[in-house]
Amino acid sequence: MSLPERIVAGDRLALARLLTQLENEAPEGQDTLGALYVHTGDSYRIGVTGAPGTGKSTLVNQLARQLRQRPFPDASDAPRVAIIAVDPSSPFTGGAILGDRIRMRDLSGDEGIFIRSMASRGSLGGLAKTTGSLALALDAAGFEIILIETVGAGQAEVEVASAAHTTIVIDAPGMGDEVQANKAGILEIADILVVNKADQPGAENTVRVLEMALEFANQQERADRVNWKPPVLPTTATTGVGIPGLVDSIYAHFNFLKDTGQWAERERQLISTQFYAGLQQELFERFCRSNADGVLERKIDALLARKISPREAIASLLDARD
Amino acid sequence: MNRDKLRVLVAKPGLDGHDRGAMVVARALRDAGMEVIYTGLRQTPEMIAEAALQEDVDLIGLSILSGAHMALVPRILELLKTQGQHDVHVLLGGIIPDEDVDELKSLGVSAIFGPGTPTTEIVSVVRALTGTGTDEPA
Repeated sequence: MSLPERIVAGDRLALARLLTQLENEAPEGQDTLGALYVHTGDSYRIGVTGAPGTGKSTLVNQLARQLRQRPFPDASDAPRVAIIAVDPSSPFTGGAILGDRIRMRDLSGDEGIFIRSMASRGSLGGLAKTTGSLALALDAAGFEIILIETVGAGQAEVEVASAAHTTIVIDAPGMGDEVQANKAGILEIADILVVNKADQPGAENTVRVLEMALEFANQQERADRVNWKPPVLPTTATTGVGIPGLVDSIYAHFNFLKDTGQWAERERQLISTQFYAGLQQELFERFCRSNADGVLERKIDALLARKISPREAIASLLDARD
Repeated sequence: MNRDKLRVLVAKPGLDGHDRGAMVVARALRDAGMEVIYTGLRQTPEMIAEAALQEDVDLIGLSILSGAHMALVPRILELLKTQGQHDVHVLLGGIIPDEDVDELKSLGVSAIFGPGTPTTEIVSVVRALTGTGTDEPA
C-alpha cells in the first residue's frame, strides 16, 4: 500500500510519521498531503483557547471522553476524536516542553483517539504555522472531530477562530475584572464561553460579567453571527461537572452552523486562510531565492545607514523586477 | 524552513512517587533545543508505547526509581517492536543496579544513566545516538 492509502486505511504509525514531515515542512510530506486532499473536508474542528492555567488540557481531556460516549449528530456511532495540543517553543533555544498529555492520561488505550503535541515554533497567533496541515492529515485519516488546543492565550491570539468551525474560549474565576471582559480580542471569537474551575470562589461573578459583556458584543460587533448567542457555561474539568452540557452546546452550535448555511461560509474561511498563508509564504520564499546573494542584506545596510526608508527599499526591490 | 527538531518522550513508568529527576532531564533537553513531550507520573508500558507512536518521537527517556525496571523496560521494548517502532532509541535513568545494566542493554536499551549524571552528558549521548551532532540550537 502507498503511504496515502495506509493513512486512509487507519495506519496510526504512518499517520504519525506524516505529521512529523508536515511539521518539518518536508516536501515529501506535502506531496502526501496533496494526495490525501480529496479525502478531507469531513471533519468538525473545535478550537479550545484561553489563558494559561485556566484548565484547557484538563477540559479537552474530559471533553474528548464525553464526545466518545455518545453518537455524533445524525450518526449512530461516537465520533473518532483527534487532539492537536500546541505548547510554546522557547524563543532562545527553539526547544519546548510539551506537557498537555499529562492531563490526558484518561484517553490512553482508546483506539478512537489520537493525540499529537505540537510546539509553536515561533508562531505568535496561538497555533503553530503547520497546525492547519496537521488537521488536514487527521481529517483524511478519518477523525470526525479534531480538537485544537492553543498555547496559553492572552488577549490577541485569535488565530484559532480561523482554523476551527466552533471556538471555545475558557476563562476562570479571578482572571480579571469587567474591563478585561470588555476588551476586544479573544472573547469576541468565542462561540461558546466556558468558566472553568466553577467550584472556586467568584465563579458566579465571572459568569455574570461575561454574560453582560456578551450582551453588548451581540448588539454591536457580531452582525455575522446574529442568530447565535454564545452561552456561558460553568464547568469543573477536574471532576467532569458541566462537561455533558458543554457537549450539548457544541452540538447545538454544529447544528446551528449546518442549518443556517454558516457551515459552508466557515469552510470557505478555513480554506482561504490556509490558502493565503501558503501563498504568502511561497511567494516570499521564491522572491528571496530569486535575489542574488547579499542583495537583501545590502538593503538592510542602507536602511541602517538611513540612506533609504523601508518603503523605498521594498519598492526598489519589487519595481526593479517589472 | 524548520530544521528538523528532535522529538523526545520523557516518561515515568510504574509507581514512583516523584518526578523531580525526570523534570530536570526534560528541561535540559529543552534547553538543548529539543521538543520534549512530558507525560507525568504512573504511566503503564502501554501508555508509553502509544504516546511514543502518536508523537513519532526519535527517542524515549524512561526514569525508574522503584526497582521495577526488569519488569517494565522489557515490556516497553516489546510493545515498541510489535508496533513497528524499530528506530526509536530508549534511554533509561534512575536507580538501576549495575548487575542489571548488561541485560537491559542486550534487550535494546541504548544508554543507562545513574544518579549524579551531568545533564550535559545526557544531551551529548542523545545527540550522538540520533546523529544530530553538536550543532547550535536553531
